[in-house]
Amino acid sequence: MYGLVKTRHFTKTSVTTSVFAGFAIALSGTAIAAERPFGLGTLATAEQIAGWDIDVRPDGKGAPIGSGTAADGEEVYAERCAGCHGDFGEGVDRWPILAGGLGSLVTADPVKTVGSYWPYASTVYDYVYRAMPFGEAQSLTHDETYQVVAYILNMSDVIDDEFVLSNETIGSVKMPNQSGFMLPDPRPDGQLASAPCMQTCEVSTKIIGRARIIDVTPDKQ
Amino acid sequence: MDQKKTKNTLSRRQVLGGTAAALGSVAAIPYASAAESNPANLPPNVPEWTPYLGAGVDVNPYGMPSEHESHVIRRNVEWLTASTESSINFTPLQDLDGIVTPNGLCFERHHGGVPEVVPADYRLMINGLVDRELIFTIDDLKRFPQVNRFHFLECAANGGMEWRGAQLNGCQYTFGMVHNVQYSGVRLSDICREVGVKPSAKWVLAEGGDSAGMNRSVPIEKILDDCMIAYSMNGEALRPEQGYPARLVVPGWEGNMWVKWIRRLEFGDAPYMAREETSKYTDLMESGKARMFTWVMDAKSVVTSPCPEKQMMAKGQNLLKGLAWSGRGKITRVDVSLDGGVNWTTAELHGPVLSKSLTRFTMPFEWNGEEMKVQSRAMDETGYVQPTIQALQKERGVNSIYHNNSIATWFVKSNGEVENVRLG
Repeated sequence: MYGLVKTRHFTKTSVTTSVFAGFAIALSGTAIAAERPFGLGTLATAEQIAGWDIDVRPDGKGAPIGSGTAADGEEVYAERCAGCHGDFGEGVDRWPILAGGLGSLVTADPVKTVGSYWPYASTVYDYVYRAMPFGEAQSLTHDETYQVVAYILNMSDVIDDEFVLSNETIGSVKMPNQSGFMLPDPRPDGQLASAPCMQTCEVSTKIIGRARIIDVTPDKQ
Repeated sequence: MDQKKTKNTLSRRQVLGGTAAALGSVAAIPYASAAESNPANLPPNVPEWTPYLGAGVDVNPYGMPSEHESHVIRRNVEWLTASTESSINFTPLQDLDGIVTPNGLCFERHHGGVPEVVPADYRLMINGLVDRELIFTIDDLKRFPQVNRFHFLECAANGGMEWRGAQLNGCQYTFGMVHNVQYSGVRLSDICREVGVKPSAKWVLAEGGDSAGMNRSVPIEKILDDCMIAYSMNGEALRPEQGYPARLVVPGWEGNMWVKWIRRLEFGDAPYMAREETSKYTDLMESGKARMFTWVMDAKSVVTSPCPEKQMMAKGQNLLKGLAWSGRGKITRVDVSLDGGVNWTTAELHGPVLSKSLTRFTMPFEWNGEEMKVQSRAMDETGYVQPTIQALQKERGVNSIYHNNSIATWFVKSNGEVENVRLG
């Protein structure tokens, strides 16, 4: 599916041709391409980029050098993650559930977890490193991140205890729901006729549900 | 405050006289606004604010709304999320006129709270498949040619709690994940020329400097078409909660992509599959498979008065007000029904009618105390017509959370109370 994404077309994306044309001219003119038209900004150094370029792609591009196993990750997880996500990834209070939910996506109560829903292992690394622990972003080392991601993947039996998750292997991990996503966006869908009914339309006007009775609206402030 | 409101309700009833008797239960006005009425201020008397001098020009260096408008605020739904730092609040659409959302009322959605970015230390880094990897300061960004454009920003989850039925009893809670401001900033196509985008670049990862490091992949076609880096909204610097000092603007597309506190744009040859575009902003269908990259916000509209917060106050002449918008272009028509969709009347659109912007509509009407089921239905310049919830459920089931742009129904009772209901 990842290959499909790369080759998808953008027939539904409206492109302002004038902007596009202008851009094409700018690219084809080597004099312009070689110069900065506005002369603004400063060249970024490799060191500056390395500090901020933290994203990891499904093919493993961007994964920093490091490694860890689920067995290694147990301690980090217990210390840094379990407080919100629970010892078994079950989620404390309303904090996200990390494991389980397999087979639930077709039910009335889908449980979207790393195991049941997330299509790529790289996403877990990317997200955990940049945003977790909640309120202590980018505080895990790369090895700690590989360890804890391995632990989370192991909770859903994606990898075993001893699998060494690393910059070399993360692009090859196959997630259970990797084929669970559809492209391209099929909308617009479900719309009414282009000349919608204006008079004596045949619709049901019976009230079948009332927000007031459900009573989950916050009290007035 | 509560006491004031109670007194106010009584006095309002007195003022309304005969009509108030018919509107007995309107005493429970949820968001009463006017201050206590004092007959000593009414004609033929000289009001208390007339004889004396008011505040001077040095009292309010940054002006605030009247204290009598203190109910016009963003509100959140506590049970929705685990923490307020990764949560959302809602724009009080029911209290606004025109198409501009005041900056302090624009709904907020953060994933790691509002960072306190120091503008002198702000940097935007461009890296990846470009000829020159550059870093811009905020002053650099302000030296680029400027564009000024009105756009709505709508969260893909707006109305997400209403897929299965009418759940939240308010216009604010069911439609308020949208705002509309005028952005000033830089065309991303200009920044692309400055860095020299390589032909192999097909995707751009936009990344924020907040504690969530919010990141989303945007196709290069959209980046070059109409995206911008904005540093101002409604004439002043972006508010901290809206991305100060700079954010991405992705006109017509879901709000999650409008990365705030933007610190980096990486050009690449494939999408990055970040957490928000895989595990979150994907739309689960009944089949168990999910739609991915559902970026456009389809046409939608809402009646902002009457609505659950704006009850009918009096019989006779009344004004219905609402908002419509489309991520595919301009709104061309809005129809309004007072009988649950059986008969429709085309409302008046008020200018400016702008592409990918909120559009105001109104419809004067006479009310004699009869029950009403109020709906609005928007059309955009592509010919798209806002669907019913049944039509969307038929296509998508009820588990998709995002992109509910269906027609809502406000049930007006004979006593003037208004409820969010589901018809079927």
